[in-house]
Amino acid sequence: MNVVVLLKQTPDTESVIRIAGDGKSIATDDLKWIINPYDEFAVEAALRLKEKHGGTVTIVSWGPQRVVESVRTALAMGADTGVLIDDPALEGADSLSIAKALAAAVKELSADVVVCGSRAVDYDLGQRGAMVAEFLGWPHLALAVSMESDGSHVVIERPIEGGKVTLEADLPALVTMGGSHAVWNPRYASLPGIMKAKKKPLATKKLADLGLDPAECSAQAAKMQVTSFEMPPQRAAGRIIEGEDTAAKARELVRALHEEAKVM
Amino acid sequence: MAKCVLIVAEFRGGNFRRVSSEGASEGKRIADALGATLCAVAVGSGVADKAAELGRYGVKTVYVADDPALESYLAEAYVPFAADAVTQCDPAAVILPASVDGKDLGARLSAALGAALAQDCTQITCDGGKIKAKRPVFAGKCFAWCEWAEGALPVISCRPNVMDCLLPSEGDQAEVVKLSLPVPALRSRVKGIDLDTSGKVELTEAEIIVSGGRGMKGPENYAMLEELAKILGAAVGASRAAVDSGWRPHSDQVGQTGKVVNPNLYIAAGISGAIQHLAGMGSSKFIVAINKDGEAPIFSKADFGVVEDLFNFIPAFTEEVRKLKATCS
Ligand SMILES: Cc1cc2nc3c(=O)[nH]c(=O)nc-3n(C[C@H](O)[C@H](O)[C@H](O)COP(=O)(O)OP(=O)(O)OC[C@H]3O[C@@H](n4cnc5c(N)ncnc54)[C@H](O)[C@@H]3O)c2cc1C
Ligand SMILES: Nc1ncnc2c1ncn2[C@@H]1O[C@H](COP(=O)(O)O)[C@@H](O)[C@H]1O
Repeated sequence: MNVVVLLKQTPDTESVIRIAGDGKSIATDDLKWIINPYDEFAVEAALRLKEKHGGTVTIVSWGPQRVVESVRTALAMGADTGVLIDDPALEGADSLSIAKALAAAVKELSADVVVCGSRAVDYDLGQRGAMVAEFLGWPHLALAVSMESDGSHVVIERPIEGGKVTLEADLPALVTMGGSHAVWNPRYASLPGIMKAKKKPLATKKLADLGLDPAECSAQAAKMQVTSFEMPPQRAAGRIIEGEDTAAKARELVRALHEEAKVM
Repeated sequence: MAKCVLIVAEFRGGNFRRVSSEGASEGKRIADALGATLCAVAVGSGVADKAAELGRYGVKTVYVADDPALESYLAEAYVPFAADAVTQCDPAAVILPASVDGKDLGARLSAALGAALAQDCTQITCDGGKIKAKRPVFAGKCFAWCEWAEGALPVISCRPNVMDCLLPSEGDQAEVVKLSLPVPALRSRVKGIDLDTSGKVELTEAEIIVSGGRGMKGPENYAMLEELAKILGAAVGASRAAVDSGWRPHSDQVGQTGKVVNPNLYIAAGISGAIQHLAGMGSSKFIVAINKDGEAPIFSKADFGVVEDLFNFIPAFTEEVRKLKATCS
């Protein structure tokens, strides 16, 4: 079974986010980079499929050269090969174009399953998985908290408001990962894994290598743009509830929530 | 010139979900600003009989796909109908709920239409016919304003619990138009549905959330929060530390890799306030922190802080809430 993981490198979740001088982008100079947590879950889920069915796990990512480090980390976890789409033409491209590029890269890999994150924790766009599936003409199942395959289908559980559904798709199919660390418990790269990863193949591709016309995927072709960023409003300083004893504080808190905040 | 704004109404278990009223209200506002009418598309089983109800929110025409095979959401099955409705009414914008299904539908629909999607928006503006949408990025550490290129169709999903819901005007009926497309041949299917019938309030829709972290010390102590939640009609949430410890199901996790919630009141008990947790609840309207460590970072985000041992405070607080409820009802 050939599994492809779509992996995005994102800023560490601890990062302080600052708006760049142009007001239209985020300052990246002092950011630490990690694999998007949901994509790390995807790598784990992909490796489990490989362990059961054999085959390969390929990591596909779009981004600049710094992303090589994250792809190598995934290779160290146990993935076999990597493809990095690094093309300046994609600078400022919208989600549709990125999804087209990712779909084109997947097409060359005769994949049975594509696994990706439900969202990347940077811009929280939450859309490229479903878009890639649509461009491939494949079924997709979103927000998996479990994933099983018998080699010709994939079955997931998907939490919905107030419950859970079990879904099945014929292969080839795309699955996006939901859940959290407790659900997927992604493995760490072992020391031998890190050594081996250095020698695993990692190809860099341009849009033309994927048979795409750069003009169609460029910033000029973007149907949507972020025109400005703004910081969230500062929360007014809060108040520590005082009182003689626990009961008095409890009383005061209930009063404040009822009379001042009017939320109770 | 703009003819209509199309909303995707979410229908489940025989009824339109609350997020649909929010979407319709927002859609109506945009439609009015554009001088356009409001249309809706609704896919489901048994939806045709209920669709006219959307008229109460100002919807003029509802395109419906009603089939037992469409009982439960499946991207592959729903998207062709939504796309067909777009073809029929040629909208100036498509608005969906940023619910679990709405976000997924929006993404696949946008790719099918070649349209650009702004997911999980908290504000939509329409000045001089130009639509803009604001959405949180980096888990709410920042906001992005999105604009669409000339001639591009904006597809916008709205974060639940954020936008104002119009008061429905009783009696107004929408015209119901059946989409004639057959249910497409599907390569995916629903194998089972497991709905929680315990009456538990869904986190992302709750108006009040009581959340417990590592300070709860063990799974058994959540009974205390459950009790408080029951009196308040609240949902119970948890930090990653509590979920990783196996005390609470992952579906309760609030934060950057959990759920993003927007209640009127978020009560954090025994939660330190790590940046990834704040990412999930920082936009709650009121935040209460209960922590025995007066230096805990959560206090810097809290409207009301209580420096106490939660094992003493929660029972006392529950008692006071009970008294208040007794006098109010
Ligand atoms: C990639 C990534 C993603 C993450 N995603 C999430 C996420 O989605 N959600 C999330 O919550 N975290 C997330 N985290 C983890 C986050 O960094 C913190 O580790 C976590 O939120 C801590 O949980 P906590 O506040 O319950 O525990 P702690 O930080 O251990 O805090 C426990 C608090 O309880 C207080 N306390 C203890 N006993 C009592 C008592 N008797 N009475 C009153 N107070 C008491 C303590 O003073 C302390 O402040 C993520 C981390 C990473 C790296
Ligand atoms: N630049 C990228 N390279 C590879 N995969 C990506 C990229 N951007 C997004 N994805 C995939 O799409 C998922 C959803 O991302 P997003 O739509 O950006 O929130 C991510 O979790 C990845 O699996």
